[in-house]
Amino acid sequence: MTQPAAETGEQAPPKQAGHGQPQRRAIRTEDLRKTYKTSRGDVRAVRGIDLAVGTGGFFGLLGPNGAGKSTTIGMLTTLVVPTGGRAWVAGIDVVADPVGVKRRIGVVTQNNTLDMQLTVAENLEFRSRFFGLGLRDAARRAEQLLVAFGLEDRRKAIATDLSGGQAKRLLIARALVHKPDVLFLDEPTAGLDPQTRVNLWDMLRALHDGGQTILLTTHYMEEAEALCDRVAVVDHGEVLASGTIDELKDGAGADTVITVRYEGAVPDGLALRTGLDARPGISKVETEGDQVRVFTREPDGVLGELVTAGASAGLTVRDAAQLKPSLETVFLNLTGREYRE
Amino acid sequence: MTTTTGDRNADADALLSGALAGPGAAAIITEAPEPHPTLIKTFAAMMAREGRVLRRNMIGTFTRSVMQPLLFVFVFTYVMPKIGGAGIFGAGAVAAGTTFATVLLPGLMASMLFMQGIMAVTFPLVMEFSWQRTIEDRALAPVPIRVLAIQKIIAGAVQAFIGALIVIPIVLLVHAPGQAPQVNVTNWALLAVILVAGSLLTASLGLLLGTLMDPRKMQMLFAAILLPATMLGCVYYPWSALSSIRWLQVAVLINPMVYLSEGLRAVLTPQTGHLAMWAILLVLVGVTALLGYLGTKAFARRVLN
Repeated sequence: MTQPAAETGEQAPPKQAGHGQPQRRAIRTEDLRKTYKTSRGDVRAVRGIDLAVGTGGFFGLLGPNGAGKSTTIGMLTTLVVPTGGRAWVAGIDVVADPVGVKRRIGVVTQNNTLDMQLTVAENLEFRSRFFGLGLRDAARRAEQLLVAFGLEDRRKAIATDLSGGQAKRLLIARALVHKPDVLFLDEPTAGLDPQTRVNLWDMLRALHDGGQTILLTTHYMEEAEALCDRVAVVDHGEVLASGTIDELKDGAGADTVITVRYEGAVPDGLALRTGLDARPGISKVETEGDQVRVFTREPDGVLGELVTAGASAGLTVRDAAQLKPSLETVFLNLTGREYRE
Repeated sequence: MTTTTGDRNADADALLSGALAGPGAAAIITEAPEPHPTLIKTFAAMMAREGRVLRRNMIGTFTRSVMQPLLFVFVFTYVMPKIGGAGIFGAGAVAAGTTFATVLLPGLMASMLFMQGIMAVTFPLVMEFSWQRTIEDRALAPVPIRVLAIQKIIAGAVQAFIGALIVIPIVLLVHAPGQAPQVNVTNWALLAVILVAGSLLTASLGLLLGTLMDPRKMQMLFAAILLPATMLGCVYYPWSALSSIRWLQVAVLINPMVYLSEGLRAVLTPQTGHLAMWAILLVLVGVTALLGYLGTKAFARRVLN
């Protein structure tokens, strides 16, 4: 069976010729692209992304800053117009019917986009009214969300007076006023203190358990690991790998990564000469400058061999690191680069 | 019960996980009124939001609308005549054979339309585009982005309209004896048309400026736009009085403000003499349409990057 690289384990929908009517699914993209024209030439922020997120899923777009996550979420939420490819949210084409999409999504922006002229309660009430609720329903909905998000003590505060964590909670509450099919969160815990972050995680888990479909972007590996049932690892505007956390670890990231840095440059063929390549469980040996990096399923003893191999070439070890299988090793394996948060 | 703020926050957070972890999360997803947004409802809610903010900032808004005309009229139609300086400042009025207050009434109304249109639209918009990009909040409301732009124009126009009306009692009441304005309205419908068109014009300009303006160059707004537009906008003298400086009389015709002042002059104080009504209406409507088109287009482009 052939699947596009970034299909997330679900069966790819049958391609229908012509009008491209999508199968009903929370989110789907086909070769989605965005190129920004700037004075210094074209910047290809997103270079053809294929995603599929099922209803009820908790999906993570994981990647370093500048990977194209925010641009992707921007396109899915209709605020960034794609330059190529297609995308559907709740079965609706984001370019053909942005208003239809906006009715069905809730968006928590990375910035604090609360209405600073309004109180906490008014932020919820007016957002409810923007989505067509009458005065009484809007007030009731606002009250329900204030209580659920622990903001009832702050209902009369002007939005500017909230702490970072409170503001984030209000942003999430506000994104939920109209029962969106999909909740989007762009870097929801960036800049929050660790305690607040963990509280926010609990809250998002509770929402997901309650049936909410969620897509979030994050550059924190542990956040994706803690929350998401499926993840797409993105960098430089492309999906490098996607699937469940376990699938990713079993695939590209099943290896433990051992990195040794020597006092001097590593001579060509060092690993080959010492027979390191032939060791069982080793999938890849990379040599670059003064360091050797080994990807292996059987890490025991590898470090010792690297020390011996170095010694045979007259090199002493300066430092060494061993990474257990994690999204970090996935990233290293896929890109050959350290993950930069 | 004495708890510190820190404790209360911690309590709130604990409560929160409790509320959401139980039936809370499912409840806020399922037990909610079904939203049925329509363009009209969303538009009305956005206008209601402007109303709420305006009411909250009433003192500030009112001061902004009252102080400028009040001080102006006080100095030029009360203080100056009393100390004998009205001859110089009211030369335009003398040329038109009337009091300075008569010249100032439509002029200050036009100037107020202009100032309010820009203050009400440009300033908030520049903030919304720069600081935290809060514009994204409204942009996610279930209406096309152009509707959001039109809503901003209309909200600004309403404020400009009210601002212009506030000028009327001030000019009518504040003046030295014998310096009262001579108001002579015969066509109320035309007055309404000019006021509405003028309000929409200045709010559309406000939208265009707010969209294109670099926040770091805000002070340029006064020097490069507000000041020249009003000083050379036939606010303090009727256009006909410029006949003695022919080149200037022709040059100011590129300033839309001139048509605003002269339009109000034509319907409020026609005896002072004014530009031809067809020219006034043509420019007011034409420029409003042009600015509205350019403003909404630029706005949509800036929101959807």
